[in-house]
Amino acid sequence: MSDAWLVVLLVGGATVTIKAAGPVLLGGRALPAPVTRMIGLLAPAILGALVAWATFAVDRRLVIDERILGMAAAAIAIWFRAPLLLVVVIAGGVTALARALT
Amino acid sequence: MPDAARPERTHRDGIRASLPLAIAVLGFGLSFGVLARASGMGSVAPIVMSATTFAGSAQFAAVQVLGAGGSVAAAVTAAVLLNARYGPIGVSVAPYLRGSWWSRFLHAQLVVDESWAIAAEGEGRFNHRVLIGSGLVLYVAWVLGTVLGVVFGDVIGDPTRWGLDAAFPALFLALLVPQLRSRDARVVAVLGAAIALALTPFTQPGVPIIAASAACLLGLFRRPEATPR
Repeated sequence: MSDAWLVVLLVGGATVTIKAAGPVLLGGRALPAPVTRMIGLLAPAILGALVAWATFAVDRRLVIDERILGMAAAAIAIWFRAPLLLVVVIAGGVTALARALT
Repeated sequence: MPDAARPERTHRDGIRASLPLAIAVLGFGLSFGVLARASGMGSVAPIVMSATTFAGSAQFAAVQVLGAGGSVAAAVTAAVLLNARYGPIGVSVAPYLRGSWWSRFLHAQLVVDESWAIAAEGEGRFNHRVLIGSGLVLYVAWVLGTVLGVVFGDVIGDPTRWGLDAAFPALFLALLVPQLRSRDARVVAVLGAAIALALTPFTQPGVPIIAASAACLLGLFRRPEATPR
């Protein structure tokens, strides 16, 4: 088996298992109140982390590059309640434009 | 915030809410297909990976490690660390997925950051119909995008040229903003971002994200009524 197929198999198996663990083991059961209060804050914690990481990280380095301009434009678009697709297109477009100009 | 006056959301609401996202996800899938093909994975393996793994950032990471000449173990480790967040995310939706264990198993596979954020109804509640409707749409978009990327990769070229790497954080920001209704949520989002950035230089990719989820421990120190609606 080639390395590529081995990675496909192992990553697929691991991801399917990780995703299924909670719903298969706990499915349908209410969680204790303190856990529910934590979970109410899980989305902001993970999404906040993803925003920061995807804006500034390149592998293990933190860099400030053209993405920050795209993100600033996206933030303005979100402020004016632009539809989501427009927000994404603006972020990509501004970043691509900034790269083309520098 | 859903209130008594608003009817409960359905599968159709999930589909409708995810359609604009699906176009973006199609683009991400396309760039994954291009990258995977270019890194010597062949054309079938990337498509099978998208259909079985269905987790963008982990797939990108695994393919980048392989393409850079890294070992199988390094590629799998990178992907598993990036997907570790789906452990707590799975627990968060578990109370809302009912039925037999295999139906819960299958529905759990439709959970990705985007479908999970769309299905969130505040205070730790999730709508399983919205989760499944949006998850299906995003799944189709992700796999179809990968196929297009693998097939038309030569014509499309390097996807970063189109600023796709900046489209990612913008998508997450757009999903984050509706989650920031309470002061606690805003504090936790900033805390999560700070943890992720602080750890990025010192840990493998993925670890900063799973570590940042610890910011939600703040919820333990709050009484329910202290969280303003």
